[in-house]
Amino acid sequence: MRPREEAERPRDDSVSPPPAGRPGSGLARDEAPGGPVRDVARKGRRRGGGRGGDRSMVPPAEFRSYYGRPIVKAAVWHHDIAAYLFTGGLAAGSALLAAGGDATGRPALRRAGRVGALGAVLASTYFLVNDLGRPERFLHMLRVAKPTSPMSMGTWIFSAFGVTAGAAAVAEAAPLLPERGLLGVARKLLPPVGTAGQYGAAVFAPALATYTAVLLADTATPSWHAAYQELPFVFAGSALASGAGVGLLAAPAEQAGPARRMAVFGAAMELYGAHRVETTKGILSEPYTEGKAGKLLRAGRALTALGVAGAVLGRRSRVVSALSGLSLLTASLATRFGIFEGGLASARDPKYTVVPQRERLAQRAASNGSDGDAKTQQPG
Amino acid sequence: MAGPNSLYGPLDPAPDAGYVDAPPRMGFFTDTSVCIGCKACEVACKEWNLIPDDGFNLLGQSYDNTGGLTANSWRHVAFIEQPVADRGGSTDTPGAFAGLPVGPSVSAHTAVVAAGSGQDMGTDPGIPPAVDALAAAATIAPPRAEPQFLGMPGTDLPGRTPDAPRSDFRWLMMSNVCKHCTHAACLDVCPTGALFRTEFGTVVVQEDICNGCGYCIPACPYGVIDQRQDDGRAWKCTMCYDRIGDGMTPACAKACPTESIQYGELDELRARAQHRVEKLHEQGVDSARLYGESPDDGVGGDGAFFLLLDEPEVYGLPPDPIVTTRDLPDMYKRAGIAALAMAATVLASFLGRRG
Repeated sequence: MRPREEAERPRDDSVSPPPAGRPGSGLARDEAPGGPVRDVARKGRRRGGGRGGDRSMVPPAEFRSYYGRPIVKAAVWHHDIAAYLFTGGLAAGSALLAAGGDATGRPALRRAGRVGALGAVLASTYFLVNDLGRPERFLHMLRVAKPTSPMSMGTWIFSAFGVTAGAAAVAEAAPLLPERGLLGVARKLLPPVGTAGQYGAAVFAPALATYTAVLLADTATPSWHAAYQELPFVFAGSALASGAGVGLLAAPAEQAGPARRMAVFGAAMELYGAHRVETTKGILSEPYTEGKAGKLLRAGRALTALGVAGAVLGRRSRVVSALSGLSLLTASLATRFGIFEGGLASARDPKYTVVPQRERLAQRAASNGSDGDAKTQQPG
Repeated sequence: MAGPNSLYGPLDPAPDAGYVDAPPRMGFFTDTSVCIGCKACEVACKEWNLIPDDGFNLLGQSYDNTGGLTANSWRHVAFIEQPVADRGGSTDTPGAFAGLPVGPSVSAHTAVVAAGSGQDMGTDPGIPPAVDALAAAATIAPPRAEPQFLGMPGTDLPGRTPDAPRSDFRWLMMSNVCKHCTHAACLDVCPTGALFRTEFGTVVVQEDICNGCGYCIPACPYGVIDQRQDDGRAWKCTMCYDRIGDGMTPACAKACPTESIQYGELDELRARAQHRVEKLHEQGVDSARLYGESPDDGVGGDGAFFLLLDEPEVYGLPPDPIVTTRDLPDMYKRAGIAALAMAATVLASFLGRRG
C-alpha cells in the first residue's frame, strides 16, 4: 500500500484532508507540518439540516490524547440503571397521582397510582439489585447513610418510599378480605394504614424522582456533570409525565383531568430542561444530539409532544387518552435512556474530557494573565 | 473532622476523616524524566497484590500492551513516541533522522485493528476501543512500501562516540497510578463505605464490603478505578496499605530501578519534586512540569503526583481535573428546587377545576 493512502481515507467530518499522523501523541487530524500532533474536534455541531448545513461556524477545537483512548471511565451500569431511572420516576409520579386522586375523591386515580407505584418499586428493586457486581451484598447499601454519596441518600429515600408506597398498594386489597375473623380486622385496619402510606410516599416521591439526576451528575462523566443544573428538572418533568401517563391509561375521562394537567406541566418542565441540556453546554451538549442518545432523545421529545396533544385534544375519548398515556410513558423511557447513553458517549471520547478542561485552563490563564499550563492556580 | 474544605480546597485528608494523631501523609512522586519503561513496577505490583493477569494483548500502542489503569493493572507504564524539535526539546540536530524509519514499532494497519477493537482485560470498562479508530491509527506513521535496513546495533558504550547526532525524536514513558486524591470522588460517592481514607491519607477499597455498585468508576476524574468482571467488585491501587503500615516501601517504588517512582512523606516529596523541576529547567528541559502536586488544584492535590515532559493529556491524564463533589451542594440544591417544583405542579394539577 502506498504511504499516503492510509491517512487520506475520506472522513465524513473533515474540513481539510487529514495529513499523515506523527507518531506518539494522540490523534492527528489537523497537523501543521512539523507541528505538534493535534486532534480537531468540531464544536457546536448541529444535527443534519441545521443552519449552514453540516458545517459548523464555530472554529474547531484542538486536543491531544493518548492513542485516542478515553481518559475518564464510562459508567459500568447496564441498562438496568437506565431502566431504573424510568421506573423510579414512574413510581414517584404514580404515588403523587394516587395522593392527589385520593385527596380530591377520584378513586380511579388513587387505585391506579397506588398499584402503579408498587409495580414500579418492585421493578426498580429488581433493576437496582441486578445491576450490582455482587447482588447478594445489596444490603451493604444500608450500612451507612452518607450525604456525599447520592447513591446512599437515594437508597434511603427509595427504601422509605418503597415501604410507604407498598403499604398504600396493599391497602387496595382490603375490600377483597372477608368481613369477619382475623382478616376482618385487617380489612378494617388496612385503609387508614394505606392512606398514611400513600401520603408518606407522596412526601418522598419528589426526592425519589430528582435524586437520580444528582446520581448521574455527581460523576466525572463530562456530559452528565455539565448538565447538573437542568437534569433534576428533566427527571422531575419526566416523572410527572409518566405518572400522568398511568392516570390517563387507567382512569375514566371524568376523573382524568388532573392527570392531563400533570402531563402538560410535566412535559413542559422536561422539554425545557432537555432543551437547555442539548443547547447550552457547548461541546458537552453534542453527545445528547448525536448517535443513539440523539435518536432516543428526539424520539422522547416527539412522543411527549404526541402524548400531551392527545391528552389535551382527546379528552372525551377513552381510547385517545389511553394512547396518550402510553405515549407519555414511552417518551419518559426514551428520554431516560437517551440521557444515560449521552453521558456514556461523552465518557468514551477523550475529546469531551480534554477540550472543556483546556478551555477552563485557558479562561483561568486569561483572567490571571499567566501561563495556562501551570496547575498551581486556584481553579475557578 | 469535617470542615469548610471537606469537599474542596486544600486539606490534610486523614485528620479531616477523623484520625487523631495521624501519621504524616504518605505519597508517590513519579518522575517520568528518569523512567526507562521497564515495567518492573507493573510486575512488582501484580506479584505483591496477587492481581490476576489482564489478558496478553497487543494494543498497537508502542510498547504499551497494558493500555491503562484497570482493576487488574494498578500501575500502568505509558509509552509515547514523538518528534520534539518543534517543542523546544533537547536536540542538537533537528531533523537528523529525516528519511529514516523513526516511526513507531507498529503499522497503521495494526493500529486500526487494535484501536477499533475492545481488549478483554477481564475488567469493566477496562480498556475500551478508541472512539475513532482511524484517527487513533493516524498516530502511527504510514506503512512503508518495503522493509528497510535499520543498520546494525552499536557495539560501543553509549556516549563513547562523541559526535553521535541526537535525533529530534523522543520517547516519553510514565508509570501511572491511582492519585490518592485529597478530595477523592470515588470515596465520596461510595454508598457502602467500602472505600475509606487510611491514616496515611491514602484511599483503599475494602474488598469484603464492596458490593460492586460501580459508582466509584465514573466518579474518578482520572479514570483509575475499575471493576473485575469475574468477581464484580471495584479494585485499585492501595499504595500497598499492607506494607506501608509496617514501614515498608510499596512494591512498585521498591522495584523501580531508576527511582522514577519515589515513595515518602508527601511534604518531603513535594519539596524534592520542586527541586527536580527547577534543575530540569536549568538544564534546558523547558517542558518539565509538575502534575497534581499543588494542594490548590481541583482535587486538593494528589497523594501520587508526577513530573511530566509534555501536556498531561498526552499521557492520558486530564489537564484540569476537578473533584465532582465540589458541586454536590449545588446539585442537591437544584434537585431540591426541582422537587419543590414537582410538588407544586401536582398541587396545581389537582386544585384546578374538576374534569
